[in-house]
Amino acid sequence: MVLNNIEKLLEKYENGETSLHEEQQLKNYFLQETVAPHLEMYKPMFTYFQVNKQEQFTKDLPLKTKKVFNYKWIAVAAVAVLTLGYYFKEPAVSSYEEYAYGTYDNPEDALNEVTKQLAMISNHFNKGVSTVNYLDEVNKGTETLGYLNEMENATSIIFKKQ
Amino acid sequence: MTQTEFLNIVMPFKDKVFRLAKRLLVSTEEAEDATQEVLLKLWNNKTKIEAYKNVEAFSMTMTKNFCFDKLKSKQAQNLKIVHNNYEDVNTSLQKQVELNDSVNWVSKIIEELPEQQKLVIQLRDIEAYDLDEIAKMLDMNNTAVRVTLSRARKTIREKLTSTHNYGVK
Repeated sequence: MVLNNIEKLLEKYENGETSLHEEQQLKNYFLQETVAPHLEMYKPMFTYFQVNKQEQFTKDLPLKTKKVFNYKWIAVAAVAVLTLGYYFKEPAVSSYEEYAYGTYDNPEDALNEVTKQLAMISNHFNKGVSTVNYLDEVNKGTETLGYLNEMENATSIIFKKQ
Repeated sequence: MTQTEFLNIVMPFKDKVFRLAKRLLVSTEEAEDATQEVLLKLWNNKTKIEAYKNVEAFSMTMTKNFCFDKLKSKQAQNLKIVHNNYEDVNTSLQKQVELNDSVNWVSKIIEELPEQQKLVIQLRDIEAYDLDEIAKMLDMNNTAVRVTLSRARKTIREKLTSTHNYGVK
C-alpha cells in the first residue's frame, strides 16, 4: 500500500509534478533504513540531497562600514565658505560706501573739502618736486666737465704741429 | 541599517547562496569567495535592500549571475577549477547516512548535467523552493522550470539505474 503510493509519487516526481509536501514524503521514505529493493537506486539520490542541504557557509563576513568620501560635504563646505565670506564682506562694503558717498550732504561742504584735499595733494606734490631740484647740481657738474674741451683744444694744437 | 539588522536578513539564506554557488563552481573555496562577494555586494547596497521585494530570491539570482560570470572568466583564462572536495567536511553526518560510493555517483551525475538543470535541481530538490520562486530566480517561466526539472530528474534516475545495475543486468 505504502509502496504503491511511493511508486506513484515517484512517477509524478519524475514529471516534475509533485508538490513540495509530496517530495518531502518521498525524501522521508528514502531516508529510512530499508527501502524496497527495486527502488534502491533512488536512495543515494535522496541521501545526497539531504547531505547537501546540511552544508553551511562558514567563512566569516568582513562587514566593514566603508567610509565612502561623500562629495556632498564639499558642496556644503563651499556654501558655508561663501556665506561666511559674504557675511564678513558685507560691512566693509557699506562703510566704504558711507565714506565715499555719504559723508557730506551739503555740496558746499563737499566742495570745500575737495579743495582742501586738492590743496593738500598739490602741497605734497610740490614738496616732492622741490627735492627733484637737486638734479640741477648734476647739470652744474656737467657744465664744469665742459672745461675738458679746453684740454682737447690744446691737444689738437699739439697734434697739428707734428 | 545596522550590521545586526543586515545579518538578520542575510543569515537565513546565506547557506543556500553558498550551496548554489558550490553547485555551479564545484570548488568549496570558490563558492565561499562567491558567497562572500554576493553578500558584500548586498551589504554595500544595503540602502536599497528595503526596496527589493524578495531579498532571498534576489540574492539567489545575483549568485547565479555571479557564478556564471566567474565560470566565463575562468574559461577565458583557460583555467580549470580544481574540484577535489566531493567529501563532505561533516564526517559525523556522513556516517549517519552511510555515505557510500553511490552518493558520490549522484554528485558526479549532477555535475554532468547542463547548468540550467543543475540550478533547478539544486533549488528544488535540495533547497525545496517553490516552482514559482525558482521561475523568478532564474528568469524562466513556470512550465520551463518544470520541464527542466523533469529532464534533470529523469537523467539522474537513468544514470543511477545503470550504475546500480552495472554488472547485474
